[in-house]
Amino acid sequence: MTKAVQDMAKENRRLPKAPTGIQGLDEITQGGFPRGRPTLICGSAGAGKTLLAMEFLVRGATEYNEPGVFMAFEETAPELTQNVRSLGFDLDELAKEKKLAIDFVRIERSEIDETGDYDLEGLFIRLGAAIDAIKAKRVVLDTIENLFAGLQNQGILRAELRRLFRWLKDRGITAVITAERGDGALTRHGLEEYVSDCVILLDHRVTDQVSTRRLRIVKYRGTAHGTNEYPFLIDEDGFSVLPVTSLALDHRVSEERISSGVPRLDTMLGGKGFYRGTTILVSGTAGTGKTSLAASFVDAACRRGERCLYFSFEESSSQLIRNMRSIGLDLEQWFRKKLLQFHSSRATFYGLEMHLAILHKIVQEFEPKVVVLDPIGSLIQAGNQRDAHTMMIRLIDFLKQRGVTAFLTNLTSGGEALERTDVEISSIVDSWLFMRDIELDGERNRALYVLKSRGMAHSNQLREFLLTPQGIDLLDVYVGPDGVLTGSSRLSQEAREKAVAMARQQEAERRDRDRTRKREVLEAHIAALRKEFELEEAEAETSSTQDVSREAMIAENRKAMSRSRQADMVKHGVVAIRRRGAR
Amino acid sequence: MKKSATDDKEEKPLSLKEIGQRDGAAADEVWQLRLYVAGQTPRSVAAFANLKKICEDHLAGRYDIEVVDLMKHPQLAAGDQILAIPTLVRKLPQPLRKIVGDLRDTERALVGLQIRPPAAEQASRQQ
Repeated sequence: MTKAVQDMAKENRRLPKAPTGIQGLDEITQGGFPRGRPTLICGSAGAGKTLLAMEFLVRGATEYNEPGVFMAFEETAPELTQNVRSLGFDLDELAKEKKLAIDFVRIERSEIDETGDYDLEGLFIRLGAAIDAIKAKRVVLDTIENLFAGLQNQGILRAELRRLFRWLKDRGITAVITAERGDGALTRHGLEEYVSDCVILLDHRVTDQVSTRRLRIVKYRGTAHGTNEYPFLIDEDGFSVLPVTSLALDHRVSEERISSGVPRLDTMLGGKGFYRGTTILVSGTAGTGKTSLAASFVDAACRRGERCLYFSFEESSSQLIRNMRSIGLDLEQWFRKKLLQFHSSRATFYGLEMHLAILHKIVQEFEPKVVVLDPIGSLIQAGNQRDAHTMMIRLIDFLKQRGVTAFLTNLTSGGEALERTDVEISSIVDSWLFMRDIELDGERNRALYVLKSRGMAHSNQLREFLLTPQGIDLLDVYVGPDGVLTGSSRLSQEAREKAVAMARQQEAERRDRDRTRKREVLEAHIAALRKEFELEEAEAETSSTQDVSREAMIAENRKAMSRSRQADMVKHGVVAIRRRGAR
Repeated sequence: MKKSATDDKEEKPLSLKEIGQRDGAAADEVWQLRLYVAGQTPRSVAAFANLKKICEDHLAGRYDIEVVDLMKHPQLAAGDQILAIPTLVRKLPQPLRKIVGDLRDTERALVGLQIRPPAAEQASRQQ
């Protein structure tokens, strides 16, 4: 954005420009029409030439303090005043303030005859007087080609026109000249020959009964400009051109995370929800709860105090409010607090460009933080697939540029590959939630998973999506040998599992008890053995004491005996050994 | 046909009375003519001279020429929707007629002022 402004400033140094004050036009012309030079606006009947020219004057008079003269060759001043009143321009008031002058020039071919030489000095004098009277800086000639119908001498006329444009340039007047589109040429009488600084072409095309207005800068000498066809709108605020295709991928990104309105979904999205300013796509088959999810997201945003814009192509706002009440979302309160704005229209009501234009306009006025488009697939009906795709890219770029979080829903019809969108935008969205029906045991249940979510660790799990009177809830689904189970199957499976678990626990408890008992038995056994051993030990000790005393008694006895025999105890012993060895 | 066309050219212009009868205006009505010029350019001067001559020749004593110099009174240009200079406006008799140019071509000027009807018209009337 800053780069664009700098570029614009640089451009302005090169060629002075008169800002038109018309939304979008100044952007694509990089500052407005060439100051002090004539600009040609051509287009077929009803293309909006007069209106564009008039708005240029009115904006100049009101916003840039540049009074203007409107020289009308087709409509009278009261007619013009009336025509533009619907756009909120009060020409009478401006005329009173001497900021605008309308001069109606009537040429009646039937009452004019020509004889001999003449020039258009009268026109010059009239214009000059009007310019001097209000010190005009801007002039509109609408449409000067009518002169060709009123005057016969083309040679004189062409020479005089050349002189007129020269004269305007010399006076430093920024002029706008309108001209009717000719066959195979920009203008019927070749005015582009004289006005060569800036040529703008307005187009009003009807394709498939849907009309779209487009504007293109055919040429703009000495300046860079957008070269595409830009859609434009004429509504109660006047003209607005959409510089949609002049967007670049240089938007700033936000680190901020915002809740989806469903706590469990936030958990799935890395625990914090979506990134602000990203594009979220929810696709799924009919009745999977896409709109409910969108409403929940809107509710969360409004709860944070952010403005939301809800584009509904299939439901009216009151229908939406009523329906969302059934899942516990009171959108009406946000609507009343002007935090939420609905825009409901059939996709086929306008052309694609018009939808884009309206969206642009509302987004610029309302400055929402969140925009919901529900559903985008219906836009194809307003154009063809390729156009719808281009439009979505423009739209997403536009919203991203403004840091607006876009929430798109897309209906996937049965029989198609599920993970695709009608307008092929899956590659440009940042987060893609997928919702589907799971049909099992005579039941249809909703499931949701995160197909992708850029820049965050997101869950890969399938969740059951429940719409309850208290809002949206996400539940784990049962994934087992029988596949994914939801709804009552999940409940019965859960009950079954609970029973099995209980049995298993009882079994474990029983085994525990067994073990305890066994241990007790073992310990009792050990204690008995120990007792036995202790007894034995005690017994052994008693017997050994008896032995010792007996031994002592024997030795005593022997001693007493030998004493009584008076034998040499030791000698006797040696002899006995020797005798045994001789043998 | 061809012969009668040549005869027409030689024929004298209609008298004032005849014009009055044809246009439904009174024969003694004064012709109010206004010539718009812008400054004393040669073209303006020529236009005035040519006009004077035509009036003297065909409307002697029954005309009133007003010369408006838009250089001096630019605000007057809008009233008669003047674009080209010089422009001669026949205010009276009605209806309003405008002739742009320096009136060099007397024949066309006469037709334009409806002093003389277009040649073809005259021819058809004679037949």
